[in-house]
Amino acid sequence: MNEPQMRTPLGRVRGFGAAHTGTRHFWHQRVTSVAGIPLSLALVIIIIALLGRTHAAVVQILGSPLVAIIMLLFIINTAYHMWIGMQEIILDYVHDDKLKLLSLMANTFFVFAVGFVSAYAILKLSFGV
Amino acid sequence: MAELEAGSAAGPRRPRPLSPHLQIYKPMLTMMMSIVHRITGAALYFGMMLIAWWLIAAASGPNAYANVEWYMGSLIGRLVLFGYTWALLHHMLGGIRHLIWDTGHGFEPAEREMLTMATLVGSVSLTLILWVVGYLAMGGPL
Repeated sequence: MNEPQMRTPLGRVRGFGAAHTGTRHFWHQRVTSVAGIPLSLALVIIIIALLGRTHAAVVQILGSPLVAIIMLLFIINTAYHMWIGMQEIILDYVHDDKLKLLSLMANTFFVFAVGFVSAYAILKLSFGV
Repeated sequence: MAELEAGSAAGPRRPRPLSPHLQIYKPMLTMMMSIVHRITGAALYFGMMLIAWWLIAAASGPNAYANVEWYMGSLIGRLVLFGYTWALLHHMLGGIRHLIWDTGHGFEPAEREMLTMATLVGSVSLTLILWVVGYLAMGGPL
């Protein structure tokens, strides 16, 4: 900040902050946290209902429309919520630029992998084959 | 602004003033719970692999599912699941606390201590209740 700068104050303010974005993620984290309350409770109820059941029964219940839709909503909502959350943790603690970029990328890859594996499983259970 | 310009003209930088960080403060419940909220969030992040594994195993067939059931039913599996249950509930209740704080309420000293204690007591007791219900649903602890 002490070096003389050619940039205008507006130019400096734009892209400000470690994430180079504004408050959108803050807000989306709130939205997904509110949605996460009923969805997580539903997940817990579904898991308890599936405890000790045979594989055939589990497949049938997880593939039934209501349960499958709730599970898909849980997966999508959670994936986005945890992506923002981990990004925030990375931006707070990783200060090296290269490592930061790699971590942010790894975060995206991890979330997509976990999210797609889970969503694919639910879709397969729903549509059979 | 004038100070900044004077600083840049003077040549060598003065060390910037540092704000006090964590080690300066006495550990307080609200502060510890704030850290725990982040830790449980990170744990749940990696714990989602368990959900993905469970679901893909169910979609793969009886053998893969039996495999998951065996791992989850082992002592270590149960401990991990118990921890996962607590982390999920704690993160959820902590999130509700933060949502209340987002509205600007609950910041009085007694209120915030109460909210923080409620998070802790609530997450531990809800975890125990859920596991009792779970065991009852399965017809016993074994």
